[in-house]
Amino acid sequence: MEIKVLGPGCPNCSMMEELAKKAVKELGIEAKIDKLTDIREIMKYTISTPGLVINGKLKHAGKPLPTLDKVKELIRAAV
Amino acid sequence: MLKKISEYFTYTLLKLEHGTHLADAIDFFVYDTIKIFLLLSVIIFIVSTIRSFFPPEKTKRILSHKKEFIGNILAAMLGIVTPFCSCSAVPLFIGFVEAGVPLGVTFSFLISSPMVNEVAVVLLFGLFGWKVTAIYIGSGLFVAIFGGLVIGKLKLEKWVEEYVYQFHNGQEYEIVKQTFKERLQYAKENTIDILKRVWLFILIAIAIGGFIHGYVPEDFLVRYAGPKNPFAVPIAVLIGVPLYANAAGVIPIVYALMEKGLSTGTVLAFMMAVTALSFPEMIILRKVLKIPLLGVFVGIMTITIIAVGYLFNLIL
Repeated sequence: MEIKVLGPGCPNCSMMEELAKKAVKELGIEAKIDKLTDIREIMKYTISTPGLVINGKLKHAGKPLPTLDKVKELIRAAV
Repeated sequence: MLKKISEYFTYTLLKLEHGTHLADAIDFFVYDTIKIFLLLSVIIFIVSTIRSFFPPEKTKRILSHKKEFIGNILAAMLGIVTPFCSCSAVPLFIGFVEAGVPLGVTFSFLISSPMVNEVAVVLLFGLFGWKVTAIYIGSGLFVAIFGGLVIGKLKLEKWVEEYVYQFHNGQEYEIVKQTFKERLQYAKENTIDILKRVWLFILIAIAIGGFIHGYVPEDFLVRYAGPKNPFAVPIAVLIGVPLYANAAGVIPIVYALMEKGLSTGTVLAFMMAVTALSFPEMIILRKVLKIPLLGVFVGIMTITIIAVGYLFNLIL
């Protein structure tokens, strides 16, 4: 599984990354988590950050951030 | 009902005597705290739900190729309901430009967004009443519309970083679909999240109102920015520009300034300067705007906010 966290770098973006890491760990899933900070890369998916892309598909964009349970649910649905 | 609760707390539970200053202050504090937190919970929940219908992608679509003026008005209003994290100002700006949103219209959006904020609106309403609140929202919209219009008229497109114009993915971004239940769920979580972040500022603001009420001595600020000084507004705005706090954080200061006898127009102008212009935001915008355009932006905003402050001091 490929997970991308989209965020140029602000507290919300780091929180999104933490959420993704925690969700993957708690689910015990093998996943590669990348953080995209480059505007060009981010804008391939969305204009509102923080974003979460799972297996190439945009699953969350912008504020408010999803909860840990919601992130887990999104990841589980993509397995 | 709320009155009864605060009276019960003050006179029955704490066994304070009627008519003493301390009892009045505590009564006032408890009443205001309950009232404002109730209001906040309800309003933030409603606003969060409305916001879930206006993701930046949709706002971009609405504003694309809009004419100036109508576009500026729409942009200023959408700025209030479109949620965006400060870090997405850059992709948002590029996305807007690429979608053919005029530069001035984009600015109207960027200006109104941080200035008119639901937490600030509730606090203003709870602490100062509906009149001050309506004035703040109205003048916030005015500053955003007017500032954007002027920037549009000045034709400053040349001072936008070149690379912004080289984005041509021409892509329609997908909007993550949400069911109504999910929207309510997000709204609930967002309400709790915001309350967690601002409760302390709010308690401080209410405490200033409840305990220092009428006991603040005239001092420095009143001497230099009080109602008698014709330059009170520009002084307050120039102090406010470099300061940065979000709309909730600035409220305790606003309350204290009002208590110190500064005029409403002066204080509201100060609040706008603090929330609308911030150093972190300038650093983010510097990635897409050249320094002269940033300078023009700060200049126009400062002058407009000062004008609005004078206007309210005149009519209030």
